[in-house]
Amino acid sequence: MILVPEREKEAEKMEIDMLLAGIHKRYGYDFSHYSRASLKRRIDRARENARLPSYTALLDKLFHDENYFDEFLKGMSITVTEMFRDPLFYRGMREAVVPLLKTFPFVKIWHAGCATGEEAYSMAILLHEEGFLDRAYIYATDFNKHSLGKAQEGVYPARSLGAAAANYKTAGGTGDFSDYYNASYDFVKFKNYLKERITFSYHNLVTDGVFGEMNLICCRNVLIYFDKILQDHVLSQFSKSLRHGGFLCLGNKETLNFTAVKSLFEPVDTKQRIYRKWGDADATSPI
Amino acid sequence: MPHPRYKAVVIGLSAGGMHALKTFIPALPAAFALPIAIAQHNSKSSDGFLAEYLDQIGALTVKEAEDKEPLCSGHAYLAPAGYHLLIEEDQIFSLSVDPRVNYCCPSIDVLFESAADAFGESLIGVVLTGGNGDGSKGLKTIKARGGCAIVQNPETAESRAMPRAALKATAVDHTVDLENLAPLLIQLSALQNGDEHDSGSRRR
Repeated sequence: MILVPEREKEAEKMEIDMLLAGIHKRYGYDFSHYSRASLKRRIDRARENARLPSYTALLDKLFHDENYFDEFLKGMSITVTEMFRDPLFYRGMREAVVPLLKTFPFVKIWHAGCATGEEAYSMAILLHEEGFLDRAYIYATDFNKHSLGKAQEGVYPARSLGAAAANYKTAGGTGDFSDYYNASYDFVKFKNYLKERITFSYHNLVTDGVFGEMNLICCRNVLIYFDKILQDHVLSQFSKSLRHGGFLCLGNKETLNFTAVKSLFEPVDTKQRIYRKWGDADATSPI
Repeated sequence: MPHPRYKAVVIGLSAGGMHALKTFIPALPAAFALPIAIAQHNSKSSDGFLAEYLDQIGALTVKEAEDKEPLCSGHAYLAPAGYHLLIEEDQIFSLSVDPRVNYCCPSIDVLFESAADAFGESLIGVVLTGGNGDGSKGLKTIKARGGCAIVQNPETAESRAMPRAALKATAVDHTVDLENLAPLLIQLSALQNGDEHDSGSRRR
């Protein structure tokens, strides 16, 4: 009654491992510690779109066709985002984090996994309304160069704003959302005083190192794509990048509960997954 | 050493799902031996309320699944609204915010297909009331991997499209009315490897 024997399942797993090892060797991108279940779905979609019969056939194509690899890579990164996504998070920021950040002469924020930049611009708007954008630096990073290009431009199709104005209000926005961009034709462009506080740059959480002395790290809905080993590695990098008493903001359904750095952090807003670092990151480095 | 035939249950439901959950969840005992993972299509802003409510009305512990949380018996886990719920090979949950599948997030197919990879023949898949075809592809995968497929009787389901689509896609093991689901799951959870499989007694 077992139609797919264990052997076949093992062979499939080996084939995916070979695919990932090949990509790593050829292009330097290491997906081996991504959450395997959703990674497999994305690989399957790529394989089906390319009408290839197997993972090894996909590897063959990826190995010899750099342009196709670029296409493939776009599909591997998660670009689902919007302005003031999860608006209650921004309200939590205003209430629990902003009053403390305001006491610093300048504030460094790392937005890790910024995709096309909407949430970095949302943060800039929030800081502007709280009166310290001119004392803040936002470093927004991603490993998808295509997304980073869009983020750098700061130009978005007007229809992509969709729920943005409503989100902005729910997020505790005190002004008029349309004051923050210029609209022309079907596009909007965020204003320069927002953009010039944000530095968009390439950074791969899997392979690249720490970003020093941050007051706040925002990394929302990125860690869910990593397995526990990679989560612990990245969180250890975050711990080392944060100042003593710095803040870590995760996605609404992400938690430090099942991670190695749990003891370094204290929850500030349990519902919005905002944590504060008090422990010594070097003392308990898992890797 | 006992070797249970099944190790987990995955359930998908959509329109009419609230009534269905209220019916079978309280009918399961606190010590129900198999972890249950549930993908229920719902609005984006439901905010954990459903899990809290279901937790209160029965003996089973019901909660929203958290990323990388291990599956435990005596627990039913709901996919959080706006997230796909997946099960990894080492039998922990993962969440994703990937694009919708079958216009849905959470998608039942996403849960079922990942669970089939993780549990193979040790999995029970259940498709209940719902208004679209999500879940039928996943149930077919579960069946193909040697797992057990259960579908709610469309004639008595609040919304018939989803069970009908599942029955069309797969030769299922059991078709049940809602009130017979919990007793059937309890019976299946007690089966040991090597027991005669209960596929003869199709329930109506």
